[in-house]
Amino acid sequence: MSAPKLAVLVDFGSTYTKAVAVDLERPALVARAQHPSTVDSDITIGLDQVLADLRRQAGGEVRLCLASSSARGGLRLVAVGLVPELTAEAARLAALGAGAKVVKVFSHELTRADVDEIESLRPDLLLLAGGTDGGNREVIVRNARTLAASRIEAPVIVAGNRVARDEVLALLRQGGKPCHATANVLPELDRLDVEPARAVIRDVFVQRIVDAKGLDRALARVDGIVMPTPAAVMQAAELLSQGVPGEPGWGDVMVVDVGGATTDVHSVAEAAPGEGLVPRGLPEPHAKRTVEGDLGLRVSAQSVIELAHARDLRSDLAQVLAAPGARERGDFLAAHTEVLAASDAERQLDAAMAAACVDIAVERHVGHVQEAWGVHGPVKLLRGKDLRGVKALVGVGGVFAHGADPWPALQAALARADLPHSLRPAAPALLQDAHYLFYAMGLLATREPAIALRLLTQSLVRKE
Amino acid sequence: MNTPAEPAVDTRPVVLLGVLKDIHNLGVLILKHALDRGGFHVVNAGAMLSQAELVNAAVETHARAILVSSSYGMAALDAEGLRGRCQEAGLGDVLLYIGGNLSVSRQNRQWEDIEAEFKALGFDRVFPQSVMPVQVAAQLRQDLGLPA
Repeated sequence: MSAPKLAVLVDFGSTYTKAVAVDLERPALVARAQHPSTVDSDITIGLDQVLADLRRQAGGEVRLCLASSSARGGLRLVAVGLVPELTAEAARLAALGAGAKVVKVFSHELTRADVDEIESLRPDLLLLAGGTDGGNREVIVRNARTLAASRIEAPVIVAGNRVARDEVLALLRQGGKPCHATANVLPELDRLDVEPARAVIRDVFVQRIVDAKGLDRALARVDGIVMPTPAAVMQAAELLSQGVPGEPGWGDVMVVDVGGATTDVHSVAEAAPGEGLVPRGLPEPHAKRTVEGDLGLRVSAQSVIELAHARDLRSDLAQVLAAPGARERGDFLAAHTEVLAASDAERQLDAAMAAACVDIAVERHVGHVQEAWGVHGPVKLLRGKDLRGVKALVGVGGVFAHGADPWPALQAALARADLPHSLRPAAPALLQDAHYLFYAMGLLATREPAIALRLLTQSLVRKE
Repeated sequence: MNTPAEPAVDTRPVVLLGVLKDIHNLGVLILKHALDRGGFHVVNAGAMLSQAELVNAAVETHARAILVSSSYGMAALDAEGLRGRCQEAGLGDVLLYIGGNLSVSRQNRQWEDIEAEFKALGFDRVFPQSVMPVQVAAQLRQDLGLPA
């Protein structure tokens, strides 16, 4: 038998450098390894360790090595738009969809204080929007002039009114700012176009951020730092939803990723409102990601417990959060983020916190119906994305991979009789990323989508 | 970075159409057609709008006129304060038009009375239900100083 041809998929996290090896010919997952992160010293130390470990386990020849990174805070981005609910929000949605961490959103004309704040935030990237195509151009031009005169060094991605684009680019270049142009995130009032900006954000991430974060040395050993880790998760969600030629996807998909500090919700779904609903507000992206910075199992443990108390504690699982000692445990976990649950009681508290994270994060992600009165009776207004028809709901993160019983936490995402206005998934298939492959298959999907889809569907565990 | 060839941007003057609070948008759809043929870049902000949504839309699109359509007779309540909001948003010189079935008690009121009520609310032009869309387009060209 000849040596297997391997693809190695690496994730540079803040705490661990993780990697899996896939045999591209069988295809199958053949090895996995992790090493404490070495981003603060030399990132290649941890990388070499996991590569050596994988080689020991799997042998074979590495044909492809791809990596994602969330190290050092991931891709930190500042978004600038005109109206908070319109182009500023469109820019924020585009950045989140690209896997960025949106550290701040600014709207209208940037003031001196705003520029000072951006300078102190030291973002990796700036996304500059404003005006629909043919619409307002004064504000984005003025903001470009302000940015050009600032000490901000981050590359600027220009995704605003197309009519103003040349002038905006010229101003930024005169100020010596690296800049890239892409399509307007909100070309028309009722049309969002976030995909081109997502692609450029990812490109610039590869070109520039890698360098700034010291990942350039790692680049020599891999075929590319392909994307921020959350973008890899989104890529896997899109693959699962859309399929590949000859292998249809699953349709509308929701992925909930519960981490130590944040809970991410991704939905890849047709945003068309259900019958009888009148859509309001900004259109929703087909692939939408929301990030909840106050929902997580360690860094954010205290806020999860507080939020759960404020919400409702009727379910059996939620009762765990009301039990004596829960708050103290939350305080302890927030201070000791590396601690793993050791006893049944601790595991149960983790599961209860995970359920609260899922419940609240999904509630913030999905659309809501508001009843209003028109001349001829009630009218149902839809704000946000109608996700009742989602076909598959996938849980990603340690609590799903290693927890004793992952299903109650995932079920916390489902539609509830006591929340009739919340358009949560009604009856999706429930799945868990039991083998922690989601991000890796998102990476592999950029080169070998058919193999990635096959391994992903095989590895997800479905609730019977 | 190379981007594929993009279609040309509509650079004609932007006018914004919308219906406040009410779901009936037929007037807007008819008007959109006429204004488009009349040489305007027409943006339809939709129905069931709040004033804030309409003004936000005007800001992003750099609308030179906002045309409000109303067919349920309660427009005076919905439109009160719209001019002030425009001024707050830096749109002090935007043209404000309103038309449709503007007063539930119109059978008992003179048109001049209804027109005066809406002019007092800050509207530049007030049109009855019977107005022809082409008349609105022609008036708009004149008010914006565009050739007829």
